[in-house]
Amino acid sequence: MIQATALGRRFGDRDVIRGLDLDIPHDAFLLVTGGNGSGKSTLLSILAGLLAPTDGLLKVSAGRGEIGYVGHEPLVYRELTPLENLDLFGSLYRVAGRRERAGVLLERYSLWDVRDEHVSTFSRGMQQRLGLCRALLHDPQLLILDEPYAALDADGSSLLDDQLGELAQTRTVVVSSHMPERIESLATLQLAL
Amino acid sequence: MTRAIAARQYVSDVAVLARKDARLELRSRDTVPAMLLFVVVALVVFHFAVPADLSEETERIVSFGLLWVALLFTAILGLTRAFVAEREQRLIDALVLAPCDRSAIWLAKTIAVVAFLLLAELIALPAFALFFEPVDAPTIAAILLANIGIAAVGTVLSAVSAASRTRELLLPLLLLPLAIPIIVGGIGASVTDEPAQFLAFLALYDAVFAIISWSTFEYVVTE
Repeated sequence: MIQATALGRRFGDRDVIRGLDLDIPHDAFLLVTGGNGSGKSTLLSILAGLLAPTDGLLKVSAGRGEIGYVGHEPLVYRELTPLENLDLFGSLYRVAGRRERAGVLLERYSLWDVRDEHVSTFSRGMQQRLGLCRALLHDPQLLILDEPYAALDADGSSLLDDQLGELAQTRTVVVSSHMPERIESLATLQLAL
Repeated sequence: MTRAIAARQYVSDVAVLARKDARLELRSRDTVPAMLLFVVVALVVFHFAVPADLSEETERIVSFGLLWVALLFTAILGLTRAFVAEREQRLIDALVLAPCDRSAIWLAKTIAVVAFLLLAELIALPAFALFFEPVDAPTIAAILLANIGIAAVGTVLSAVSAASRTRELLLPLLLLPLAIPIIVGGIGASVTDEPAQFLAFLALYDAVFAIISWSTFEYVVTE
């Protein structure tokens, strides 16, 4: 699914990623660990197509419509409701039956009861849950999650555990985490930066 | 995918994104009220700034010149806020990741900016008629054409400047030189007896810059 050779990314004079080789097969689960500033977020942004590498070669066998991404921001409009957000992205991702799919995800992530409230009134954890719903809406082949547990409470983390457990069997998943012990059992590959 | 299906999908993406921008503005009311207030206040200030003893012809030229300046700065005010949500919440990443043609983001935003400008002009033109003189059909036609040009170029430049820390400074610095032909065409259409050539010039500007903006937007929002 992902092949990288001598991948590098430089910001000014600083090499954030240098000489990284990766070979992530389909249905693999890659856990990326590392301290602050080690380049985890940069790597995930590159894999998602948001950043271009400055060195090396990268091949990702998934189109834009097949990638689900959650970064440090939930990437949802705060002035819209959860349903409006998922309807917008469902339309852009050409999700068949997007309203039903949105309903299923909102129910699963305990956001159905607040589906018509503005996201700006949500806690950071609720926004993160909605961000996960957005990333999963189109049933992506490649799921890229950057510190997905960061804002989640115990219930939200548990929901994400279950979701990742299901996806680990059938999808390619790349997750960076400060809490690797939480998902270590799912990981088929590990990368320490 | 056939061309017809792709075209229908493109139109659908543009409609969805433009509706989103309209909805965001209806909810936040951040941009249009500020534009309305600004254009009216600017015209009031200009009204007191124009000397009373000018000849009729000079006063007409000066008045329309000030109208066009007021409209251009009102547009800049709106354009400065065009990518606020996408910038502050990094939502441009979400839009760039979506599998739609990225030029659809530009076109939807351009349509939203034109709609906001039209709303501002609905107030500005009666105010201009009140403080200065009535607006004739060629002027209205020129303003409609200018809206398209300003929004088309301004949306790309707004996306460029949104990535900068000095975005409020950068947008006017980038847009004003490119807006000079619009001001020339607009004032020409407003004050001459033969506005057709100026309207044609504005239409040509719209076509050229819309094509350039449409084709370059992808490179602006991606690395």
